[in-house]
Amino acid sequence: MPNTAVTCLPRRLAAACLALAALWSGGTLAATPEQQELKIGFIKLTDCAPLVVAYEKGYFEDEGLYVTLEAQANWKVVLDRVVDGSLDASHMLPGQPLAAAAGFGPPADLVGVAVMGVNTLAVTLGNEVWSALKPTLPLADGLPVHPITADHLKGVVDGVKAGGKQFAMGMVFPTSTHNYLLRYWLAAGGIHPGFYTATDSTGTTDAEVLLSVTPPPQMPATLGAGTIAGFSVGEPWNQQAGLKGIGVPVITAAEIWSRTPEKVLGLRRDFVDKNPETVKALVKAVIRAEQWLDADRGANRAELAKMLARPEYVGADVTVLSGPLRGQYQYEKGDVRATPEANVYFAAHAGYPFYGDAVWYLTQMRRWGQLPKAQSDAWYTDTAKKVYRADVYRAAAEELIAAGGADASLLPPADSAVAGASKFIDGIEFDAAQPNAYLARLAIGQQGGAK
Amino acid sequence: MSFASSASFCERIGLDWFAPLLRLIGGEHPARQLKAMAELCGVPLLAIALFLGVWQLIAGNVETSLGALPGPRAVAAEFGKLVAEHGAERDKAAAFAMREAKRNAERVARDPAFKPVQRAWTGKPTFFDQIVTSLVTVFTGFVLATLVAVPLGLLCGSSRVVQAALNPLIQVFKPVSPLAWLPIVTLLVSAAYQGNDGWLSKSFLVSAITVTLCSLWPTVINTALGVASVDRDLINVARVLRLSWPRRITRIVLPAALPLIFTGMRLSLGVGWMVLIAAEMLAQNPGLGKFVWDEFQNGSSQSLARIMVAVLVIGLVGFLLDRLMYTLQQLVSRGATAR
Repeated sequence: MPNTAVTCLPRRLAAACLALAALWSGGTLAATPEQQELKIGFIKLTDCAPLVVAYEKGYFEDEGLYVTLEAQANWKVVLDRVVDGSLDASHMLPGQPLAAAAGFGPPADLVGVAVMGVNTLAVTLGNEVWSALKPTLPLADGLPVHPITADHLKGVVDGVKAGGKQFAMGMVFPTSTHNYLLRYWLAAGGIHPGFYTATDSTGTTDAEVLLSVTPPPQMPATLGAGTIAGFSVGEPWNQQAGLKGIGVPVITAAEIWSRTPEKVLGLRRDFVDKNPETVKALVKAVIRAEQWLDADRGANRAELAKMLARPEYVGADVTVLSGPLRGQYQYEKGDVRATPEANVYFAAHAGYPFYGDAVWYLTQMRRWGQLPKAQSDAWYTDTAKKVYRADVYRAAAEELIAAGGADASLLPPADSAVAGASKFIDGIEFDAAQPNAYLARLAIGQQGGAK
Repeated sequence: MSFASSASFCERIGLDWFAPLLRLIGGEHPARQLKAMAELCGVPLLAIALFLGVWQLIAGNVETSLGALPGPRAVAAEFGKLVAEHGAERDKAAAFAMREAKRNAERVARDPAFKPVQRAWTGKPTFFDQIVTSLVTVFTGFVLATLVAVPLGLLCGSSRVVQAALNPLIQVFKPVSPLAWLPIVTLLVSAAYQGNDGWLSKSFLVSAITVTLCSLWPTVINTALGVASVDRDLINVARVLRLSWPRRITRIVLPAALPLIFTGMRLSLGVGWMVLIAAEMLAQNPGLGKFVWDEFQNGSSQSLARIMVAVLVIGLVGFLLDRLMYTLQQLVSRGATAR
């Protein structure tokens, strides 16, 4: 509307004075982003929330960005479309840019500039499997003791195999957090999830449980159709399967790895190099969104559940989204437990891209044979630091702190590898500085120099 | 135009249920018109009512993992919500335009050299936006198909050699499902075309070309048939008059073959519409197909009802497209026979 600009001269003057006042009061006005119109992809999952909030709360607009959010069909599409430039940025699996840098899968040069969501996945088993598993579980006060380890599942898997059938489970992408955590859980219980080899890109060599790829939102329907016996996927799809009576969530991310950094905001490296101001603005908007998400001990989560329930975002029912988002998680029907450590976005540096976490993902790629060769400890650190651009995050956060938009405690000390001690379900300690020694401690899987 | 002639026009273009009403208003044999109305309107309305009744009955008794199967009332309610969502999205767009104008004004005040750009709203496409997208796509694909198919059909129909040469190819490609074409088209378009903005985005081209490839064949076959069955006498007259080849085509062959060409085009458009929805679902290209797939993925309690709204709208739009082509076909063949 061009005429409002002409007729409202007094208002324009007032606005100009305001802008000047802002300059005077010490607030630094950020430089204009090089590219202001962005198309950003996401997958229908609770950890797309930072993007949705940044859009709905106008944080992108505040930073001078005009963003179109677009739901994508699956993680393969996300990867392809970021690589070919159809998407400028996307909600991405950390394993995707890391695998590209490590040489697994099609060549690409991608980076992660912020973490989106900590502890947002779970493992769900079909009703039949659950009814076979449940009697073998130790109980406390009539409810199964958590975490439920895969040791108990081994008997069920063996039973299915003795009956001449295969035990198949779904995950969302070969380099997905879900693949690695499901494998970790199975292997910790002595169940072999299979190796990737030069000739086996499906990762089922030596497998006792066959893992295959299904897009996240289709997981409940695929389980319902009987194609798979269980799956590992981000929320709300475990909770959806549970509440709709299709399956039973048995273990959540935090119980496998105490702080699972689930997704990153991923971009092409050349885009980041060419548009530093755009990327800084983008990260600032995402940090502000993550701050909103965890503000006042989750006071905004009810509003978030309603926001994500809209059909253009996650689209599941509010009742399904509320549980995981508000920390009231239903495992078996009637077994609702408090999960305050799940679906964290901001607290305890949740959004910061710690390169040590990237090292952990790389160790898992090596462990399951996606990386055919053993690598030095230095290679792990270098590759991780190349992909996890903490410098970009830091620059955006510093600008935000300087403008008074965030507290200085937002940033961890420079060059921190990880956010703090991580706990894994099998009690094995992870040290980001010694990935090869760590690999040697894991019973199932390829170690250092093997194969 | 008198009521009687409007009535016969209605009959001709397939609105025969409307004709008795016009005749009745015109005062032509009231008793006969009322009987015709009962037959032409009453019976279908009764059948629809029966269908809705049976649907409501079944719906209440079928449980899916997303709740009970929605009945007609739930679907109607969901349609209302889609209309409301469309309005809400338009309001948001207007609010954005205001904010943007204000921001631009502030910016100009600060920096007079700044040239303001009014950006487009980046909200989600509503259900009605998706209908428009699908319609534009299907017509683009259909027009392309017609531009290729009619000349091809003309060649096939006028030369036995060409006919013999092309027939096997046509017979093989005709039954190929759109879903099989889609990956090939997707890869080819991605390789050949770099731009990705506005209407000429890759996804739009992929959908349109898939529609073209699948809806080509009925028009080719019918055009060839129409050309081959032009009255021999007319051809002979053309020979005697020593008409040039282009004039023979435009004066004799095309007019005579037009009714069949339009029959082919009508079939093509129908095929194109069906193909488009499937292509949009599979490729996640914007349009009604994507709407259906998104709702299937959402799996909320409203999803099934929203999918049913889409199914009904897809059917209704397909029906209207068919009526449109039927009307054109009737007008054309009347013109052809009157000559």
